[in-house]
Amino acid sequence: MNIVVCVKQVPDTADVRIDPVTNTLVREGVPSIINPFDEFAIEEGIRIKETCGGTVTVLTMGPPQASEILRTALAMGADRVLLLSDRAFAGSDTLATSYTLAKTIEKIGEVDLVITGKQAIDGDTAQVGPGIASRLGLTQLSYVSKVEEVSTESATITVERLIDGGRERVRGKLPALLTVVKDINVPRQPSILKMKKARNAEIEVWGAADIGTDPAKIGQKGSPTWVEKVFSPEQKAGGEIYTGDADDLAARIAELLLEMMSN
Amino acid sequence: MGLIILREKCIACGICVKKCPFGALVMTDGKIDVLPSCTLCGICVDVCPVDALEVPERTSSEEFDPDLYRGVWVFVQADGDDIHHVSLELVEEGGKLAAELETDLCCMVLGKDTSVLTEKFSHYSIDRLYVTENPVLEQYRTKPYVEAAAALIETYKPEIVLIGATSTGRDFAGSLATRLETGLTADCTGLAIEKETRGLLQTRPAFGGNIMATIKSSNHRPQMATVRPKVFPMPLMGDKRNVDIIRHECDLTEEGQPTEILEWIPVEEGVSIADADVIVSGGRGMGKPENLALCRDLAALLDGAVGASRGAVDAGWIGYSHQVGQTGRTVRPGIYIACGISGAVQHLAGMKTSDVIIAVNRDPDATIFGVATYGFVGDALEILPKVIHELKKRLSKS
Repeated sequence: MNIVVCVKQVPDTADVRIDPVTNTLVREGVPSIINPFDEFAIEEGIRIKETCGGTVTVLTMGPPQASEILRTALAMGADRVLLLSDRAFAGSDTLATSYTLAKTIEKIGEVDLVITGKQAIDGDTAQVGPGIASRLGLTQLSYVSKVEEVSTESATITVERLIDGGRERVRGKLPALLTVVKDINVPRQPSILKMKKARNAEIEVWGAADIGTDPAKIGQKGSPTWVEKVFSPEQKAGGEIYTGDADDLAARIAELLLEMMSN
Repeated sequence: MGLIILREKCIACGICVKKCPFGALVMTDGKIDVLPSCTLCGICVDVCPVDALEVPERTSSEEFDPDLYRGVWVFVQADGDDIHHVSLELVEEGGKLAAELETDLCCMVLGKDTSVLTEKFSHYSIDRLYVTENPVLEQYRTKPYVEAAAALIETYKPEIVLIGATSTGRDFAGSLATRLETGLTADCTGLAIEKETRGLLQTRPAFGGNIMATIKSSNHRPQMATVRPKVFPMPLMGDKRNVDIIRHECDLTEEGQPTEILEWIPVEEGVSIADADVIVSGGRGMGKPENLALCRDLAALLDGAVGASRGAVDAGWIGYSHQVGQTGRTVRPGIYIACGISGAVQHLAGMKTSDVIIAVNRDPDATIFGVATYGFVGDALEILPKVIHELKKRLSKS
């Protein structure tokens, strides 16, 4: 079972905000982290490998400093990590990104399973996973909350998907692409020794030339969408704060609810 | 082509390095450099005091002819014969966009037997329905739905395609836009038209709702967007009218499908947070798992759903499908009631756009009060039973 996990380094979005005076983003001191959903993807890849055998390759596209998250993946148990880094990738939207990642996976070759987090917390698009599946003709299984069975014999995978209104159990043919949600597992904490080893590991870097991309399909040229402008969300007027004894507070809440429910 | 740096103008002041939201600009030895993480958002261009930065101009491909594409289409998400409300909300909003563009509003209906659905649509002001029926399309599955939709879009060439940003809609849209090699903007909360280009201006929250971004993709067709449910109002239902129906055959066979749905397990209890008008959420401040019963009771009285903070979910008090926030779900109900939730930024990212937020917390300094429309400083365990009692009393009177 050859498994590829696609991950992304993201700014810890909780700390990103707009400077109310200059109306620009304040990013100073905002740490970069591994996209939280991608940790579940790495863990699931390693678990499937542990039961079915094979290899786990973890892949990210980003600046050189994104190799940090690949070291985490190595410490968790990835067999191989790959950093895709090239100025030609700058300005990529989800269409160009899925093209670049799909070309890379093609180059890795003979992949049975691709796993990604359900979405990245900086863009929240959930589009790159389906994009890769579409380009490579993989069976698309999104929002996976449980992998029930992987059968190499029948080349199928049975999963549970957490979608609006409930859960869907579905069996799909391999090769497949999964996007996973948090419920799927609890990622392991790598040992200090493994982290130490990963810190000194050589990170393989590929650029556009290595994967044979069409220059018209990568970076800004390959990206049909662009950001026209960025602004602060409307700030709600300051709320009313009530203190007092429980009976009074409860009565006020009940009154508010009845008022709103009757509208 | 990347960001253009006019070296002769640059004074190496470093303002752009500080302001870049993507950390894509660095200064080494007094020289500005761009990293691959640059998205060409143009913020650096705006802050540069000496105009030393430029974003390269966007050009569309030569064969692109926008006049070949007309019409605003809405993808109809249905569960059997029931239309998902977001598809109707898009009929309302899509109608406005179509009017502005002086073009038609059309719906794309896929299914095994769509007669009930098409009848329902005859009560709304829609110009045309594009319908593909096939037994393989009985339930939503990615591959056959994308194939059927792509065939319709490639044949009839709409300029805009709108899809509800439900989990099904996002599964579908991501695959379809890639297949069509066109732009897709996720989870929009605002749509408008730029007349001269017939471009769709797509506004959406980014970075966990901390900023808003307006996205364009007007050099490609169709322009596609998924739109958050409950942002736009429902359309008015009118008398039955004649709506054109264009039927399109699509050659799909069950043998060619890579997936088989084995079972559907509905949400364990009550209403799903994805759909609720009212959500009553509990956090660690509720003390113990049994006390979440208070949230359940209040939610039941208000026909609402039960939500939870990450803390309560990670402690095993309630299932993950109830988690609101960055690693859970983003919700936008009419009323959000946060009980015993202090308000970690990751939780706020998932609920702060709710219309009305009521927070009950013992700690007067809890960050949840910063986003609350009405904040109540007190013990939720003491207050909630009284609220429930009061509501029951008043409801029995009326």
